[in-house]
Amino acid sequence: MTRTAGRLRERNRALWFWVFVGPSVLGLLVFTYVPLGWSVWLSFFDAHNTVTPDTFVGLDNYTALLKDDAFTSSLWTFCVFTLFIVPATYAASLALALMVNRLRRAQAFFRSVFFLPAACSYVVAALIWKMSIFNGVRFGLANTLLGYVGVDQVAWLSTTDPPWYWLVIVTVRLWLQAGFYMILFLAGLQRISPTLYEAAAVDGARPGWQVFRHITFPQLRATSVAVVLLLVINAFQAFDEFYNLLSDARGYPPYARPPLVYLYYTALGQGQNLGLGSAGAVLLALIIAVVTVGQARWFGLGRKEAG
Amino acid sequence: MTISRRGLLATGAASSALGLLSACGSNTGRDGGGSKGGPKLSQWYHQYGEQGTEQAVKKYAAAYGKASVSVQWRPGNYDQQTAAALLTDSGPDVFEVNGPSLDMIQGKQVADVTDLLKGVEDDFNQAVLAPKRYDGKIWGIPQVIDMQMLFYRKSLLDDAGVKPPATLDELVDAAGKLTNSKVKGLFLGNDAGAGVLGGTPLYAAGLELVTEDGAVGFDDPAAARALGKIRRLYTDKSLLLGAPADWSDPSAFTQGLTAMQWSGLWALPAVQKALGDDFGVLPFPKDGARGKPSVPVGAYAAAVSTRSKHQQAGKDYLKWLWVDRTDYQEDFALKYGFHIPARISLAKKAAALREGAAADAVRYTTDHGFAQPLLWTPAAQTAYQDALNRIIKSGANPDTELRKVVRKVSAELDRVKKK
Repeated sequence: MTRTAGRLRERNRALWFWVFVGPSVLGLLVFTYVPLGWSVWLSFFDAHNTVTPDTFVGLDNYTALLKDDAFTSSLWTFCVFTLFIVPATYAASLALALMVNRLRRAQAFFRSVFFLPAACSYVVAALIWKMSIFNGVRFGLANTLLGYVGVDQVAWLSTTDPPWYWLVIVTVRLWLQAGFYMILFLAGLQRISPTLYEAAAVDGARPGWQVFRHITFPQLRATSVAVVLLLVINAFQAFDEFYNLLSDARGYPPYARPPLVYLYYTALGQGQNLGLGSAGAVLLALIIAVVTVGQARWFGLGRKEAG
Repeated sequence: MTISRRGLLATGAASSALGLLSACGSNTGRDGGGSKGGPKLSQWYHQYGEQGTEQAVKKYAAAYGKASVSVQWRPGNYDQQTAAALLTDSGPDVFEVNGPSLDMIQGKQVADVTDLLKGVEDDFNQAVLAPKRYDGKIWGIPQVIDMQMLFYRKSLLDDAGVKPPATLDELVDAAGKLTNSKVKGLFLGNDAGAGVLGGTPLYAAGLELVTEDGAVGFDDPAAARALGKIRRLYTDKSLLLGAPADWSDPSAFTQGLTAMQWSGLWALPAVQKALGDDFGVLPFPKDGARGKPSVPVGAYAAAVSTRSKHQQAGKDYLKWLWVDRTDYQEDFALKYGFHIPARISLAKKAAALREGAAADAVRYTTDHGFAQPLLWTPAAQTAYQDALNRIIKSGANPDTELRKVVRKVSAELDRVKKK
């Protein structure tokens, strides 16, 4: 009797487990794993305008991609973007966190003020940057300011020499994401034990740079590693601001075309080359995985702190 | 019966899961049809900017007696939406399409509509009907014609002592002379023309994108020469760049930011309203001895999806709407926006197209119109447009760039011919 009741309870528990977890698992399967698997399968086929192709082409899509200047230059674009955005966001968010952390009054207010841009959509911000701040005519905000000091108007997004478009692309993302990473750093800063600072003061460390360099910065190591990791992955997935700043109804310029924009046009644009697009997605996922794992190992992410 | 808290939660969780699943792809647009007999058809249009168009197409659909047609007016990236929907069963029965593309035809996504045009084929503008033909069959019915042309401000040209340019060299000179600290000479779009011009300079140089026998049509030094002149416009700083609205919108021209602008026929009413008679229109000027003025034309087409369960009903409806009901066709072309009816007979009798700049536009379309060939695939287009970008903005060597494009386009042509 007791055994039967126990078995029943056990079965009930399993039933309840699947009632609550089942929908999520089903969603994950239907919307994530099946498309992922399908995408890998498609990458080995000639799949123009079809998701059920019948012409097996082996690794042709992969070799075509690696030979395609447009794809390789999109990877190069990503590298340049990462080179700009990762250090800039890192420095800006850390600086903001240090400033906000030192405030004795209105800390919550400034924290909210700096965090607020994170709530703005990338599309909206990109359009504001493109149409009001950095448009190329004389009444754009940036050009009006330059006009005051006698500088000619600049076509920010339309010139490649000098490549002013990088300034527009980097600043919009910096504005949008610095506040979010500031919060991560703030959490990190608040975890540092005050006794460390007291000990440093007793040992004669000068407040300011010396304390920052020898106490604060090393204590933020775990946060820093996580922030850099997230920044690199996010940079790889850049799409919204690039697309909204640089595309028009007729297409997209070859400079500053990151991998996701390239894949969007290949697979979902007029081309509808789903095989090539899938091969690109697989390659991109592999690159992100290798970079992430490499970076994590290099920085020792997840390794237990010594001592 | 009492419901336990746990029971309620479980029912809630199960019903939301079911709700989630049933929400996927349920809106095909086929439901909600009227109480008429016949099948329920779903018809898709992209969102037109002109007021009243949506009501008009819904009115046409409601007037059809042999099926219940529900119209979906779709904002956003329409081309991508239809392309994705055609891969599934939740797509439209009939739809308008910026094409159909060769891959769509070869992928058997659109039905053959040759029979629907029997007897009236010659009345359709042949330049826009040509890219709808493949394998001796017609795959879409052209709805209305859109064309692009060069708008110029007469007073600004007179003040600068410049004549409306008849050759590409004259256009380069005119743009230079018309440029000053407040006004630029020419606006070809914020990307300096790389996007919108496409093959236009090549046709102006007497070449073409793809020849009739399916070979690359611009493997010729004249191509590099013409594109080099667009680069000169850029280096002379005669081009307006970074305007708040792009080439398709006439605001840069009407607001006096530029003396000349490349735009479309659709912009004509707005330009007329803003500038009165102080403007004229031109085709893209010719280049070189073999050159000829060129005017790009295109037409959205009405097509039938092969995944539709009511293909024949869809064909009957399209024949009724885009072949038989010429009154609706004229209404659609001219009452809301400003387009040329795809039927020559309708274009000829339309009063709004008989005088001034509109009449010039119709004449240019007939005399100099060219449409992007069906064999010009999206991959070829991207390769060419990338090259154009590099030539104009980065100063890349036109010869070298075009050689690379010729190789890519040849490979694309080989690919599509194999199918």
